[in-house]
Amino acid sequence: MNTGSARPMRHSAAIWGGTVLLAVALIALPFALTAVGTAWVRITNLAILFVLLSLGLNIVVGFAGLLDLGYIAFYAVGAYAYALLASPHFGVHLPFWIAVPIGAAIAAVFGILLGAPTLKLRGDYLAIVTLGFGEIVRIILNNLSQPINITNGPQGITLIDPIRLGGIDFAKTEAFLGLAFSGPVKYYYLLLAVMLAVIFIGVRLQNSRIGRAWEAIREDEIAARSMGINTARIKLLAFAMGATFGGIAGGMFSAIQGFISPESFVLVESIMVLSMVVLGGMGNVWGVVLGAVLLSFVPELLRYTVEPVQRTLFGRMLIEPEVIRMLLFGLALVLIMIFRPAGIWPSAVRKRELAHP
Amino acid sequence: MEPVLLECRNVAKKFGGVQALSGVTFAIRRGEIYGLIGPNGAGKTTLFNVLSGIYARAEGRFFLEGRDLTGLAPDEVAACGIARTFQNIRLFANLSALENVMIGRHVRTRAGVIGAIVRGARTRAEEAAIERRAIELLDYVGIRARANDAAGSLAYGDQRRLEIARALATEPRLLALDEPAAGMNAAETAALRRLLERIRADGITILLIEHDMRLVMAVCDRVLVLDYGVPIAEGAPAEVRRDARVIEAYLGGPIAGDVAAAGAVAP
Repeated sequence: MNTGSARPMRHSAAIWGGTVLLAVALIALPFALTAVGTAWVRITNLAILFVLLSLGLNIVVGFAGLLDLGYIAFYAVGAYAYALLASPHFGVHLPFWIAVPIGAAIAAVFGILLGAPTLKLRGDYLAIVTLGFGEIVRIILNNLSQPINITNGPQGITLIDPIRLGGIDFAKTEAFLGLAFSGPVKYYYLLLAVMLAVIFIGVRLQNSRIGRAWEAIREDEIAARSMGINTARIKLLAFAMGATFGGIAGGMFSAIQGFISPESFVLVESIMVLSMVVLGGMGNVWGVVLGAVLLSFVPELLRYTVEPVQRTLFGRMLIEPEVIRMLLFGLALVLIMIFRPAGIWPSAVRKRELAHP
Repeated sequence: MEPVLLECRNVAKKFGGVQALSGVTFAIRRGEIYGLIGPNGAGKTTLFNVLSGIYARAEGRFFLEGRDLTGLAPDEVAACGIARTFQNIRLFANLSALENVMIGRHVRTRAGVIGAIVRGARTRAEEAAIERRAIELLDYVGIRARANDAAGSLAYGDQRRLEIARALATEPRLLALDEPAAGMNAAETAALRRLLERIRADGITILLIEHDMRLVMAVCDRVLVLDYGVPIAEGAPAEVRRDARVIEAYLGGPIAGDVAAAGAVAP
């Protein structure tokens, strides 16, 4: 981790060049995508939301080694917090920069609520409790329309305020420097900025006293405690930090979609985020980003290619695109786990853990 | 005479119907190397686990420099100044040797989440100090060259040394070592003996569980002998070795040969 300080100059020049190229590509990306179809900008935005979620879950699962199968609950909490604070449902219209932090804070509290009773649980047992927690949150959201209508039940909340920041209305198309900035394109830049901040925070946390403490409890909790690490506090911190990122992603999701319902926060979504973390490379921020991007885009690419490919090959559709899409997706997951069990881009430590558990 | 560092009064621990420890009372003076010996299953490691807070709800009380540590959690005990190693090595096997020792600095450092993210001048200075101290300690125990290797990949003797370095990183007053010489060859044990004496010379008191009687006789100032969880003798190694009850406990036990051997070669 701390071994790369003496890189040769040529190496660092290559890294700088690569960074600049990547930055230009990321800035130009939405316009290239708009040329293909606006839908792809929306898909990219959704992918970035999943990157945020994966980075949050990576703190809990990757850094601290606590298996969480109910992570999507924090996304839901953030999303509903924003929806209730910025929609006609209660007639409250807080600005984005107040509503999202409130949502993130509430999500953090939920993170601690989940973490506190499960401090002594590990592995399978923790997984089952967190899974239950995720379902409890979703079912509560689904039923909290009576006796007082808070969440509007399965109908969900509509007409959620889009984001407005410093005079920029993210719902409208605006022209700037001769380029048309549509709503999704503007959201893309906002999401990109948030994602970069979250990546930065993730990397900084990993290489810190707190990050080392997380690694220590993941490796050997008894030894960690005997070395003076307050494992209860440090675990709760992981849950709270992870939940905060989930809450931020949820608030932004809410604002971008304009509509949310409990359906968006089902168990499969938790599994999906966990798959992104595991497949990308648990514990490695960059691996997790890669995992989230791949698992967000591959199914969409398949959606657009499965049907045409069948028509050219067989002249007609043999299997429903939706069916074959999930089949290929599942197959890809299995193959990656067979050939790269520590993930596509694992952290060095995690790789060793899998080799010598 | 040096003042008392650790005092145990009537420590007892029961597992179901098994009385693993009872009536364990002793006091370790500052600067001592205090041996804890006894046949297998005598309760030595149990006593360590009670002292380090891993077994909650033991009976009796124990004090470090007069401060009551009874019932504290392991991290609080470590913060108060007792650090330990484990009989079955418990390193963070997949982290580097350096990181293992750096984690030992956790309890004496402060940076939190904000510090980690912002990484201001104070955090950077703290991080640099943590790394510098960790390297010093690796050097101190003689495995600096292995700093970047995964702890689990080190030779057995080096892993034991790394555990000692990690424990020292917490700045203990009392260093509790659980069979540090287990599995070491004669040369490694001799090096360990020099290390223990150096640690003591640097002002850290040592509580030592050890089956290698030659080492115990050579380095310990005083020895407490446990048998079936009960203290049966305490005193200078040479006295304890001649104690009839001790000889009886060992001759009935599985390592009778060790005592005979130790007796034969002792000066």
